[in-house]
Order: sequence, then C-alpha cells, then structure tokens
Amino acid sequence: MPLGVFIFLAALAVTSALGTVLQRNPVHCLLALVVTLLAIAVMFIGLGAVTVGFLQVIVYAGAIMVLFLFVIWLLNLQAELRTSPGYLALKALAGLLCAALVAELFTLLWHAPTAGGAQAAAPPGYGSIEKIATMLFSDYLISFEVTSVLLLAAIVGAMALARRAPAPQHASPQAAAADGPARPEGA
Amino acid sequence: MQSWIDSLIAAGDFGKNPPRDLVYALFIFGLSAVVFLGVAFPFAGIVSWVERRVWARIQSRVGPNRVGPNGSLQWLADGLKHVFKEDIIPDEADARLFKLAPYVVVLGFVLPWAVMPFSSALILADLNVGILYFTAITALTVVGVLMAGWASDNKWSLIGGIRSAAQIVSYEIPAGMSIFPVVLITGTLSMQGIIRAQAWEPYHWFLFSNPFCFVAAIVLYMSALAEGNRTPFDLPEAESELVAGFATEYSGMRYLLFFFAEWGNMFIAGALITTLYLGGWQAPRLSSSPVVMNVLELLSFNVKVLFLVFTSMWVRATLPRVRIDQMMSLCWKFFVPVAFINLIGTALWVAIWPGGNPVAGYVMFALGLAIAVLFIRRVMYYLKRSRMEMYLHPTI
Amino acid sequence: MTQFNWSLINFAWLPILPLIVVAVGAMGVLLAGVQVDDEDSGALGILTIALLVFAAVLSLLLFGGRPSVAFSGALAAGGYTAYFDLLVLFAAAMTALMSVEYAADQGLAGAEYYALLMFAALGMMLMAAGDDLIVIFLGLETMSIAIYALAGFMRHDPRSNEAALKYFLLGAFSTGFLLYGIAFIYGATGSIKLEPIEAALSRPATDNALLLAGVGLLLIGFGFKIAAVPFHMWAPDAYEGAPTPVTAFMAVGVKAAAFAAFVRIFMVHLGPLGPQWTMVLWVMAGLTMTVGNLAALVQTNIKRMLAYSAIAHAGYILVGMTAAAAPRAGGAILYYLLGYAFTNLGAFTVVVALERRGAIHDNLADYRGLAARHPFLAAAMALFMLSLAGVPPLAGFFGKFYIFSAALDAHLLWLTIIAVINSVISAYYYLSVLIAMYVREGGVEPAALRTRPALIATLVIAAAGTVAIGLFPQPYITSAAGAFVSALGNAPHHHVVLSR
Repeated sequence: MPLGVFIFLAALAVTSALGTVLQRNPVHCLLALVVTLLAIAVMFIGLGAVTVGFLQVIVYAGAIMVLFLFVIWLLNLQAELRTSPGYLALKALAGLLCAALVAELFTLLWHAPTAGGAQAAAPPGYGSIEKIATMLFSDYLISFEVTSVLLLAAIVGAMALARRAPAPQHASPQAAAADGPARPEGA
Repeated sequence: MQSWIDSLIAAGDFGKNPPRDLVYALFIFGLSAVVFLGVAFPFAGIVSWVERRVWARIQSRVGPNRVGPNGSLQWLADGLKHVFKEDIIPDEADARLFKLAPYVVVLGFVLPWAVMPFSSALILADLNVGILYFTAITALTVVGVLMAGWASDNKWSLIGGIRSAAQIVSYEIPAGMSIFPVVLITGTLSMQGIIRAQAWEPYHWFLFSNPFCFVAAIVLYMSALAEGNRTPFDLPEAESELVAGFATEYSGMRYLLFFFAEWGNMFIAGALITTLYLGGWQAPRLSSSPVVMNVLELLSFNVKVLFLVFTSMWVRATLPRVRIDQMMSLCWKFFVPVAFINLIGTALWVAIWPGGNPVAGYVMFALGLAIAVLFIRRVMYYLKRSRMEMYLHPTI
Repeated sequence: MTQFNWSLINFAWLPILPLIVVAVGAMGVLLAGVQVDDEDSGALGILTIALLVFAAVLSLLLFGGRPSVAFSGALAAGGYTAYFDLLVLFAAAMTALMSVEYAADQGLAGAEYYALLMFAALGMMLMAAGDDLIVIFLGLETMSIAIYALAGFMRHDPRSNEAALKYFLLGAFSTGFLLYGIAFIYGATGSIKLEPIEAALSRPATDNALLLAGVGLLLIGFGFKIAAVPFHMWAPDAYEGAPTPVTAFMAVGVKAAAFAAFVRIFMVHLGPLGPQWTMVLWVMAGLTMTVGNLAALVQTNIKRMLAYSAIAHAGYILVGMTAAAAPRAGGAILYYLLGYAFTNLGAFTVVVALERRGAIHDNLADYRGLAARHPFLAAAMALFMLSLAGVPPLAGFFGKFYIFSAALDAHLLWLTIIAVINSVISAYYYLSVLIAMYVREGGVEPAALRTRPALIATLVIAAAGTVAIGLFPQPYITSAAGAFVSALGNAPHHHVVLSR
C-alpha cells in the first residue's frame, strides 16, 4: 500500500475514532464508528487481506452497526447533557491513567521487533479466501465449531431473557390475552 | 487499459517524471464517471419510464405517453423537474446527515458496477472476491437508509428507515446463503470465474445444475426483491402507511437519488442472479472475432438481466404488499431454513459428483421448460379473455 | 474446483466425545423443551442430569488415557482435561439436581435454563481442554455468556437483573483484557497455541517486554474470572442476585474452569516466566485472601458471605499457584478445587432449601434456630461451614494442608503465614453461622424438605463427598497429582501424538 494512501486512511480512522468518543449525539458517534471500520477495512484490503477486509464491511459496518443503531433507538438515547463538574477529579485521574497506558503501549510497540513485519513480503496466497478457509477447517476447526455453539448459547440466553413473561399461572385466557401487546389481526 | 496508460506515460504525455499513481487514479476516476453518468444513471431513468408503462399495461391503463415517442423521454423530464425543484431541509432535521444520506444510498448503487461482468472483456475489475464485494456493498446501503430515516426527524421517516434496515439485514442472510451454493460448485468468488464455469446452453446454467440450486435461485430472487425494497416487500416506503417512508422529508434532487438507487438496484440484483445462476454473459460462439463475441456476450447478459428486471416490475404490478410480520416470518421461518438446506444439499451434491452431474442438468432443464410452457399457456388463456385491443396495441 | 485436503484435519474422536455429548445434549434439551410445559420442567432437569452423567462416564474412561494433543494442538487430552471435565460435569449435574424443584418453584423458564447450564458446562470443559488460547477464550466466552443469562434468569427480581448486568459488564470488560493479552502474546511469540508459545519462550529473539505485557493482561483477565482482588468487585452482587443454584455453579464451576485454564497456561506452559508472574501472584494471593476474609466478616447476607468466602478461597488457590516451583503445588490445587466443589455446592444447597417463591430467606438472621426445626439441614450446613473453615478431617482441611505445605516447599514462608492467619479469621464468620443455627433462636420456618427429594439427594451427595474426600484424601490427592503430571505430559518435552 502506498504510504500516502496509508496515511490518509490512518488519519481518517483515527479522526473518526476520536469522533466516536467525543461527539455527544450517540447516532453521530455510531456513524463515526462506521467510518473508522470502513477505513480499517480498506486498509486490510490494501495490505492484501482482501477477504478479511470485505468481511469487516459486511459484518461490522453492515450488520453490527445496524444492531447498535437499533439499540440506541430502542433505548431512546438522547444527546448526552454536559455532565456535572463533580467528577472532574475522577475524569482527570482516568485521563492520566489512559495516557499512562497509551504511553506504555507505545514504548512497547516501539521496541517490538519488526522481523517478519513491515518489510517482509507476504507469502503467496496470503489473505486469500482459500488460505483462510483451509486454516479454518484444519488448524482452527475446533475454534470454528465452538464459535457456532457460542453463538447458539448467546441466542438461547438472549431469548430466555427477552421473551415475553409467561402469563400468570391461574389467570383466565382473557387476562392473558390482554397482557400481550396488540398484534395485527390474524397474526 | 493499464498498458495503454503506460504507453501514454512513456510517450511523455504527462511530463518527464509522471506521478504514476495519480495518473492511474485520474483515469479510473474519469472512466467511472463515464460509466456511471453514461450507463448507470440513464439506465435507472429509463427503467423508471419502462416500469410505469409496464404497470400501466398490466393494470389496463395507458401510462406516460406524452413526452417523446411513447413517452420515452418522460424520465428526462422528470429528472430535470426534480433538479430544478427546491431542496428543502426541515428545520428540525439533522442537516449534515440529512444531506449526506442520499449519497450513501447512491454509493451502494454505484459501487457494484465496478465488478459488473458485462462480457468476457467488459468488466472494470474482476476481483477474486467479487461476490463478497457485492454483498459488502449491499450491507452499506442500510447505513444510508437509516441515516435518512433518522436525520429527517419525522416519525414516518424513522419507521421507514427502521423497517428498511430490519428488512435488508434479515434478507441478507438467505440472500448470502443462496449465493454460496454456486461458490461451493465453482470454488471461486470471482464473477468471471463463476460465469466461465457455466456455458451458454441453459442446461449448463447453475440454475439447473441441481434441485437445490434451483430453489436457491428462487430464494435469492425473492430476497433480492426484499433487499431492494420492492413490492411485495416495499414496507419501508408503504404510501398508505408511511407517506414515503425514509424519503418522506426529501425533495428535489435528493429525493430523486433514492429512487435512482432503487431502480438501479433492480439491475444490480438481476445482474447478480444472472451471473450466478443464468450463465452470465455466456453466448454461443458464432464468430471468432473477439469484438463480435463481446457484443454478443453483452447482449446475452443484458437480455437476461432485463428479463429479470421486467419480472420484478411484473411482480410489483401484480402482488399486494405483505404485512411486516408476514415478511419477517417469511424470512426467518422459511427462507433461512430453506437456504441452509440448499447449502447443505449442494455441499452433498458436490461431494458426490465433484464434476457436476450433466444428466441432472438436462432433467432439471426439461422440468423448468415444462413449468414455463404451462405458465405461458395460462397467461395466454387470460390474455385472450381480457381486453384484446390494449394488449395488441402496446404503444397507445 | 479446488479439492479440500482432508488429511489437514488432525481429527480425533475420542478426546472430544464428552464435549460432543454435552453440546448435542444441550440442543437436545432445547428441542425436548418444545414438548414439555414450563411448569413441568423437572423431567428436563432429569434429562440434563442423565446427559451430564453420561458425559462424565465418558470422561472417566478418558481419565487414564495417555496425554496427547488433538486437532493440530488445539485440544489437549488426558488426565488433566478429564479431571476438570469430571469436576465441571459434577458441578453442573449437582446444580441441575438442586434446581429441579427450585426452578419449578421460582417459575424459571424450563428448557432454556438447563440448556444454558449445559452450554456453560461445555464452555468450562473447553477451557479445561484448550491447549490453544483461542479455544480457551471461546470456552470462556461460551461459559460466561451462558452464566450471564442464567444470573439474570429471575426476571421479576431486580436483584437478579442487577447481578446479570454487573456480571455482564465487568465480564465483558475482563474479556477485553484477556483478548489484548492473547494478541500481545501472539505478537511476541507468533502463535496462539500453548506449545509453540512455550517453545518460543526459550528463543532469545522473543520480545520479552511484549510478552510480559501480554502475560500481565492475561493475569488481569483471569483475575476477573476467579474474582481475585482487586478484580473482585462484581462477585458479591452477582452472587447475591443470581438464582441460588446458579450462584453455586458460579462459585464452583466457573472457578474450577478458570483455574483449569489459568493453571494450564501459567504453571504448565509459562513456567520459564515463573519468577515474573509469581511475584504478581504473591501480592494478588495475599490481597485476595485478606480482603475476602475481612469483608466476609461483616456480611449479614449468607450469599454475600459465601461470595466473599469464595474470593478468599480463590486466594488460597492462588497461594498454590504462587508456589509453582514446588512439584506438589499442581496436585494440591486440583485437590483443593475438588474438595471446595463438594463443600460449596452443599452450602448453597442449604441456602436453596430455605428459599421459597417470594420469600428469599438468605439473611444470616433467617438461620437462627434452624437446628431445632431442621436438625438434618442444620447439621449439613454445619459440616460444610466447618469444611470451608478448614477443620480436620473434612475436605477443606486437607485442601489447605496440601496447598500450604506446597507453599512451604517453595519457600513462601510469609505468604503461608498470611494464609494461616486468614484461615483463623475465616473461622469466625463460618462459625457464626453455626452459632446462629444452634445457639440463637427465632428465624424462619424453611420449606418442608420432605417434598423435595432432589434437594435431599444433592445434600447427601455433597455431604458424603465432603466427608469422604477429607477422611480418605489419599486416592484423591493421588489422582489430582496424576492429572497435573499428565498436563505436563502434554507439554512439548514429552510430546505424544495420539492420532494423525
């Protein structure tokens, strides 16, 4: 990937990531996050990981962001008001700690070896869908299968928590019907 | 293409030390502009006119027939009218997002043209993950629709946006699952690769390659209708309930852009199905000249796509709108399981006959032909019983 | 088309058989739930127990198997895995058993409850079997997500909602740490499988700072899961609010599984980094014991008290991990977890016995005079409290004994002294339960036990185990030590490949 393109994408990703954190309107935050994810997806594609890049667009920028948006609307989040100044000390402390963490990470990454990193050429077929599929179904077969069980467990859990409360045990059918939200005729 | 630009650069047309990347980028930009302005947008416009005429025929009306021969310039007039109309932005709207939303939606309509396989040579970029690219772009459209619905600060818009998003996200699953059977058979995600794995004869199309694919193609077609917000799945813009859905507050050119996207998406969905299941641009080898062959291929591809576009108009004029809960249960309780069965069935099929089963192709094709003949006979029967003068003079 | 090369899959049926039984069983219970009314979920409970016992029998058969790795080094099979499988399956089966009447009484929705229990057990088994950080992570997530949902299962009870939400938020937070840790370790060593990571440790080119950062983040992630101080804040609220059987499962199963992965990663594979991480664990262990016990002193709610007690016990086990240099430490930890499982499951069963729909009697005051009304229940509770306090000859005593002697082997004199002092402190609050039951008067009339045979069975099994493991520790400590040695057998220096 040419350096200029990389710098552009990186700047875009970082700016919109900052926008995600700093904006007050949750929907704006979310859209900024979409831009971040898209910029990163393009970076993946530029680095040869084409499949991962497109999957990032489909899964994150598409499906998951829509889910987030639904949640925001469901909870009816408004633009947050200016928080009272009471937590200023805490905020300052949190900021300091964050800065320390970022500094630590940067020092670490600065000293991290680059062997096999920036200069190394990608092996043939790197990032191709064949390579990923072969790895998924051989070395990471168990992880792949377990992920599906994990998702199933999550779905079952969500359904168990979110499903309509069972009607009171000895209530009459009319009362039970009145409990439920109105449904269209013939549903 | 690249070699031609390289030769231009070498000839010194761009100075001594040409900024190669910049020149390439400019060329690609220019080319895309030509393609989109010259092909995609006029197509969307023309389709809007054709659609109105087709509906009119089906509903025993006349339709637009004043501007130009048979009203064929109606779309141009409509377009101009919208361009000159005032672009109203409601006070309460989130102006930035409100302005941006139509462009995001149009982006979802413009980007797929990059991998559109018009013929063996006419393709902008034969990505080796072309199908994935297609799906990814569709996923992006949702963001624009949601933006429009939310930024308008209007409850009809919001409900329309939410409906549309729920619909697109849901139907993406059966649509995606109906793409994979073909990927399983061919082992590639490239548009051209998939088309090359088929042949021009219908019984070599993937539509007929096995029973699961046949069902998958139908599921894909219906899911594509739903993803494109087309009747009978046009709940996001249901006039009788939501005024114009997520586009309610829009006016002028921005309003038009949404409909550009919708009409254009019909072509794109048709192209996807044509590529995957209907043999794409495959045409009989009538000539050895690549130019003639490419023209034939272009013709073959477009005829198939336009047939699918026509079918979707036909469906739109015929079927009533479904209810939202019906639409959702159709997707989750019917299409998704069926799509998974198709996927597993095709996987088994491929495991048993890795090279495909030609006999199945013939049998399936014969079956398909029989169904088509029966259907046409029925249509003819109704044609005879209805008002002949309208049908025999389609250009009133 | 490109043909898939089947020989790439390093397939082995045998080690994953219990996993398959639990996973398919969970789906089976879900499907069976369609046919069964919610009120009538006892049958589902019995089905769940049967499936878990079947999986446990399979694990028992695998217990003596040679240590090996399967699926390209993703899963480790052998004694260690089987030991924890048995422990987890036992905890899950006991939880199901104590839930049979409880779930019907509290109106917990039927099939989902048991299915989630089995999914959680599956995640725990994966954590025990994982020889690959990704598998361990996925197991941890499967377990955690199922437990989050289970903790919030009493939707009409705001405490249950609070428990689920707190557990979920902090759990998600800790997952972030764990994932960052895994990413750093991958960056430093170029692998997410434990054996190549261990091999990379001895390479001079391995970046130590990056690796240590990863290991530190991993420590934080596991610290959350085992509720070690200072990552314990979620535990009391989550334990208090969750349905009591789920609390028992959290205290026993989650802890066992988290320690299974924790011990395998750190003691088995990150041994060369021992000097660094034992230093951190020393502090963590001391803090966890002390804070846990001191906070338990002032609790008036029995579930909160048991939560702090669970924190303190995590501290004792961390003492064992700090003593990694001692060869006996691994076996001692495994033995401790076994004794702790029986004792704690029993204690929570007594708490369940006192609960009724709409009348949650989980305050210490509710236990007053229990001995006069329900001598059997009170005696069982006394037994479990004494075991938790570490009174010989019960399971808890020998667990502590082995751990402390391993710590002394590793020359951790001061840590052992802290641990012993803490044991003495803990006796105070465990005995105060006894005093409430036997000396004080008042309290509430618990629901009749006679109508709840499953609860009696749970109590009897737990009590019998607590006594048996304490009275005859030898076979258990031998198999625990053998299990730990077999985990070492999975490590590269004794590499055996079972299948290819």
